[in-house]
Amino acid sequence: MPYAAQLRGERFVFADLREVLAKANEEKSGDRLAGIAARSETERVAAKHALADVTLREIVASPVVDPDGDEVSRLIVETHDHEAFRPYAGLTVGELRELLLRHDAPGEAVAARAITPEIAAAVAKLMSNMDLVVASRGVRRVTRCRNTLGEEGVLGIRVQPNHPADDLEAILLSTVDGLLFGCGDAVIGVNPASESVDSVGAILATLGRLVERYAIPTQTCCLAHVSTQLAALERGAPIDLLFQSVAGTEAANASFGVTLAMLREGRERVLEHHRARGGFVGEQVMYFETGQGSALSADAHHGVDQLTLEARAYGVARAFDPLLVNSVVGFIGPEYLYDERQIVRAGLEDHFMGKLLGLPMGVDVCYTNHVAADQGSCDNLLVLLAAAGCNYFMGVPCADDVMLGYQSTSFHDALAVRRLFGLRPAPEFQRWLDEHGIVAADGRLSGRSGALRADLLRAARRLALPGALA
Amino acid sequence: MTDAAGGEERALAAGERDEDRTLEDMLLERTPARILVGAAGASYRTTTQLELRRDHAAARDAVRREIDLLADLGADTVERWKLFLVTTACRDKDEYLLRPDLGRRLSDDARARVAATCPRGADLQVVIGDGLSVAAVATQAAGLLEPLAAAAADRGWSFGQTFAVRYCRVGVMNDVGALLEPRVLVLLIGERPGLRTAQSLSAYLAYRPRPGHTDAERNLVCNIHAGGVHAGDAVARVVALAERMRAARTSGVAVKEELAPPPPALRG
Repeated sequence: MPYAAQLRGERFVFADLREVLAKANEEKSGDRLAGIAARSETERVAAKHALADVTLREIVASPVVDPDGDEVSRLIVETHDHEAFRPYAGLTVGELRELLLRHDAPGEAVAARAITPEIAAAVAKLMSNMDLVVASRGVRRVTRCRNTLGEEGVLGIRVQPNHPADDLEAILLSTVDGLLFGCGDAVIGVNPASESVDSVGAILATLGRLVERYAIPTQTCCLAHVSTQLAALERGAPIDLLFQSVAGTEAANASFGVTLAMLREGRERVLEHHRARGGFVGEQVMYFETGQGSALSADAHHGVDQLTLEARAYGVARAFDPLLVNSVVGFIGPEYLYDERQIVRAGLEDHFMGKLLGLPMGVDVCYTNHVAADQGSCDNLLVLLAAAGCNYFMGVPCADDVMLGYQSTSFHDALAVRRLFGLRPAPEFQRWLDEHGIVAADGRLSGRSGALRADLLRAARRLALPGALA
Repeated sequence: MTDAAGGEERALAAGERDEDRTLEDMLLERTPARILVGAAGASYRTTTQLELRRDHAAARDAVRREIDLLADLGADTVERWKLFLVTTACRDKDEYLLRPDLGRRLSDDARARVAATCPRGADLQVVIGDGLSVAAVATQAAGLLEPLAAAAADRGWSFGQTFAVRYCRVGVMNDVGALLEPRVLVLLIGERPGLRTAQSLSAYLAYRPRPGHTDAERNLVCNIHAGGVHAGDAVARVVALAERMRAARTSGVAVKEELAPPPPALRG
């Protein structure tokens, strides 16, 4: 069905909803690369006008990717709660925007299960950057695994202690450095340099020893392919969180070597493993990462814009009840997000859409060295997302990931943003920090941490030895 | 004195402090990560702040560098392997950064030259790509060719004619695969520069690559540089992967590397 809008005497016609959605997007180099971006600023705004009048019912009725050939589309259709949706079906996208922005009570304005990924993407396209912050702020998504994340006033931090050769002692040293800054409550999560099952298993076992020896109330993760993690589990490695990168189409997920059935089966196996292990306060055992542009990068975008596909990746994530989901917003490079302006916009959109869809949304605020951005860009987006109530950020030593070769946010940044906004770590983790005198309640580093610091640093060596006892 | 460092010094007895300073020095040698840097409030010390700016500047400059076979690989290497340079469909660095589709496709000239110069159906075909760091190619690639060729010879594998590709993306493997039909293709490509080093190289492997293949059909040995995976280990891993691919007649997620966890080097 064609859509049209008249703007300053010029009439713009769009062949279908997919084209309206693509052209209504804020400027992204990835949409231009895909050949689907608006050809002028006026056309972009005309598409926004057309989109504002589309009803949510029409969006639900017009899948952007044919469900017959795409299991993500089928998942979106099957998991949509029609009862919850009924009161909103007649709203236009423009009206939904206002409803979300008018809502000033704590909690969500619209039940997440009523919202489909395409609806979330559509409304994001009509929002200003400030709207995206304001509409996210009141939505808390609380999740539990070995601690409780996402409550009001809580900002989690993932310690990301990567090492270019997966050196276990070096991984522990970066971890300890992060713990001493009060980071690591979201997860201690290593991106492995090698996909070897032995190496992934050794990382998991080593992190497990550290957490057990010091009774740290947090979860650990090694962000290998889901099949590698499960193979390590078979060989006896402990798994707190099962990680996978996911995208918004079946074909893009296939390029990651993953299907929905694999995720379903993996989650069941980890839940079973947890029941045998104990020490868990909740059953949220999945961790997903996403990022705008991943489907196009795999030539699996079906002519759909990268924002809408990102929302569909969240549709995948929420079907598996995750503990953590984050967009790795600046990682993909300038061909998808060209500069700081596009990265900041995408970060705010991703966080907003994730929250609207019911996800415990974090963001890896980051950039690569071939994009027109720098650490100042990260500072800007970090502060904006903290204001938006983002669940967690990354903590990388001095923001410099020496394995992945990009810059994220640092332990220092985490401390600064917690102080600026009066936020604290997850409650169980805060109690652990207090017991050890690491970070006082006001977020200032405490003098009592010295003895523990020395002890932890010595332990990094001991615990990295194969066969080390906790 | 910063509150971070100040607090901990007060907490340590004098003797313990010396011992821990030595311990910290040893620990810092263990990792390229920027740990134990202290703080000014919740911010970096000024030294740290300026080091980070210095290293980002170097990385930005490395991304812009253009490949030059003689200057970057040396006349001996170029002569020894009869290396030649072709270009993808990208016209310049800016287009390369914005158009990955063009970086995955050999130019018409490149296609003609590769087809005319390289034997088809090699058991092991090596291609060198600039990727996002010419510095990585310049420091790592030459040293990998000899042992790769030797390992191929030991196993009775034919070794293809190596060439280099300017403005190269990983996806060019499919194009080369269609053109030369190698059993196993290895692409040595410069990784995006990080702050610590711009010298990190990746080796991507694929079994009979052809158009339509994605990363799911590829295997990767990354972080090949002095502070990461050493050349000898990288070659051993590439060859082991190639053996597995030949046995499995496929590559990618179905082929897993088997290696012992990195031994924790004991020091001190």
